[in-house]
Amino acid sequence: MAKVTFRTDECKGCGLCIDACPKGILKLSEETINKKGHHPAECADPDACVGCASCALMCPDCIITVEREVERMAEKVLMKGNEAIAEAAIMAGCRHYFGYPITPQTEIAAYMAKRMPKIGGTFLQAESEIAAINMVYGVSSAGKRVMTSSSSPGISLKGEGISYLAGTDLPAVIVNAQRGGPGLGGIQPSQSDYFQATRGGGHGDYHIIVLAPSSVQEMAELTIKAFELADEYLMPAMVLADGTTGQMMEPVSFDFEIKEPPAKPWATTGTKCQRPHNIANSLYLDPEKLECINNVRFARYEVIKDNEQRAEEYLTEDADIVVAAFGISARIAKNAVDAARAKGIKAGLIRPITLWPFPDKAFKKAAEHAKRFISVELSMGQMIEDVRLATECKVPVELCYRVGGMIPSPQQVLEAIEKAAKEVK
Amino acid sequence: MRYKRVTLIAGHYGSGKTNIAVNMALDLAKQKDNVAIADLDIINPYYRTLDSRAELEAAGVRLIVSPFANSNLDIPALPQEMYAVVDDLSLNCIIDVGGDDTGAVALGRLAPKLREEDDYDMYLIVNRFRPLTRTAKEVAEVRYEIEAACGLKFTGVINDSNLGADTTAETVLSSVQFGKDCAEATGLPLVATTVESSLMEELAGKVPDLFPMKLQKRPIDL
Repeated sequence: MAKVTFRTDECKGCGLCIDACPKGILKLSEETINKKGHHPAECADPDACVGCASCALMCPDCIITVEREVERMAEKVLMKGNEAIAEAAIMAGCRHYFGYPITPQTEIAAYMAKRMPKIGGTFLQAESEIAAINMVYGVSSAGKRVMTSSSSPGISLKGEGISYLAGTDLPAVIVNAQRGGPGLGGIQPSQSDYFQATRGGGHGDYHIIVLAPSSVQEMAELTIKAFELADEYLMPAMVLADGTTGQMMEPVSFDFEIKEPPAKPWATTGTKCQRPHNIANSLYLDPEKLECINNVRFARYEVIKDNEQRAEEYLTEDADIVVAAFGISARIAKNAVDAARAKGIKAGLIRPITLWPFPDKAFKKAAEHAKRFISVELSMGQMIEDVRLATECKVPVELCYRVGGMIPSPQQVLEAIEKAAKEVK
Repeated sequence: MRYKRVTLIAGHYGSGKTNIAVNMALDLAKQKDNVAIADLDIINPYYRTLDSRAELEAAGVRLIVSPFANSNLDIPALPQEMYAVVDDLSLNCIIDVGGDDTGAVALGRLAPKLREEDDYDMYLIVNRFRPLTRTAKEVAEVRYEIEAACGLKFTGVINDSNLGADTTAETVLSSVQFGKDCAEATGLPLVATTVESSLMEELAGKVPDLFPMKLQKRPIDL
């Protein structure tokens, strides 16, 4: 089902849409005269509309909106994590995607390229990552849900634009399927963009919301959550995935609630001479005003830290050894924790789902009884610093890691748990 | 399963081609000598036939893979040995083609000789649980895109409908009609329905032409 609507008051009755319609169902209204004194265009047979959007593309005043209903996948499907992100974004109402191919996230762009034209959305492969993130800035300013995605080196390029989005208080979703670094690094999975993501990533004082999925199902769910949080707190939100979660195939169900996006009175949709201009801007000529804006923004960050911490706590109540791991590392660590429990070791897992805000509360609680923390990461040790901060260094924290695109085996994590268990005895 | 000299495995991205190709190569090695598997996947640098190297070599299967497969070099490289497939007529070969029409382009170089020799099967792999090929109509579109890209015609359909780790006998049974629909929509015979070995007993007799498969162990599992 498709629906065509006209902003009737702005129509000048040129009739170009009537010529463009392949179904011949548009006409100039005979009864109505609009504010401008024209007979505006209308659809004579709404049921016959096929949603081709030829009229909207032709309209010189951009007053026609064509909406196509997107069928929701009723049963479970088998998807790559990257595909699940793309489909979830579409379900969340994202109709604009701008990106540039880079392994291991290219399936997101490929999926969007196939799906967007069919549902009346826009897929655009930009000339670079920098161009893509600035297109995101534009669409976000206009009040629409928008997404871009890349992998580590490409996210560095987007850093400038992400800072601008944060400085303008604009919502947007950015996906990073991390690969090995630094530099060009490699195409295999990594988690070494933790610092970049959780500290903001670009220049200036700011944060972005960072969500870390560890399954294909969560890739979908957290993408939708990212859109919701970005709109709620008016800031960019990042889905921090990695090569493994992006590439792995798992069954995924799209059977979940999706909230309507909130109203965006700040959007630059044209004043129509009815209101003052809305301006999307991150430049402030007055230093005092810039300081004030920064203070207000950081007060908002405190609210987010209070309200939005998310973590999965697994067997932590009585745990002596608490493993901290997110994303794919957490999948591996959970298997190791189960194996340690089978050997009689009181091991548990805290899996941060929000990396910013970091789930301090879960760690503080566990630190009351834990004798040792082990941070499992695909990096030289980045999240470990937040674990130390959250636990106020009251309990020793060790690192268990692989880098270069390698992932630790459950056996390696199990050995680290066993070694720690022996030492704390 | 009966094999011609060359069996080409093609289909939609993520439909399960590599897994089927590896399992077919192992199956073929039980029937014939001088078996090779050629990896012509120029689409996906992750999850290659090379992941099953130990198993294939133990079965005496020769691997024809790009020296850059599973490395960090992210380029659509083809193995220089791939011409053995059409030049060495004593070779019994399974070819793992990359996904969609873009992946099938790599076959173009081999297509004239394969057509001339006319001793090949090309199978269209379908999985009704994949998001962009859930209907026979969508499958038929992919079929023409691939044929146009590689210059070879499909000779059969293989129903590989599965939900990964969540696959049960029910999953397979619920896809039987889809397999038939795809065969009808494409005018191709339904050659086989794949099933994970452990479900073989439960489904034997209920689904015709079952092809048992062993799935790869995931590195994240203990």
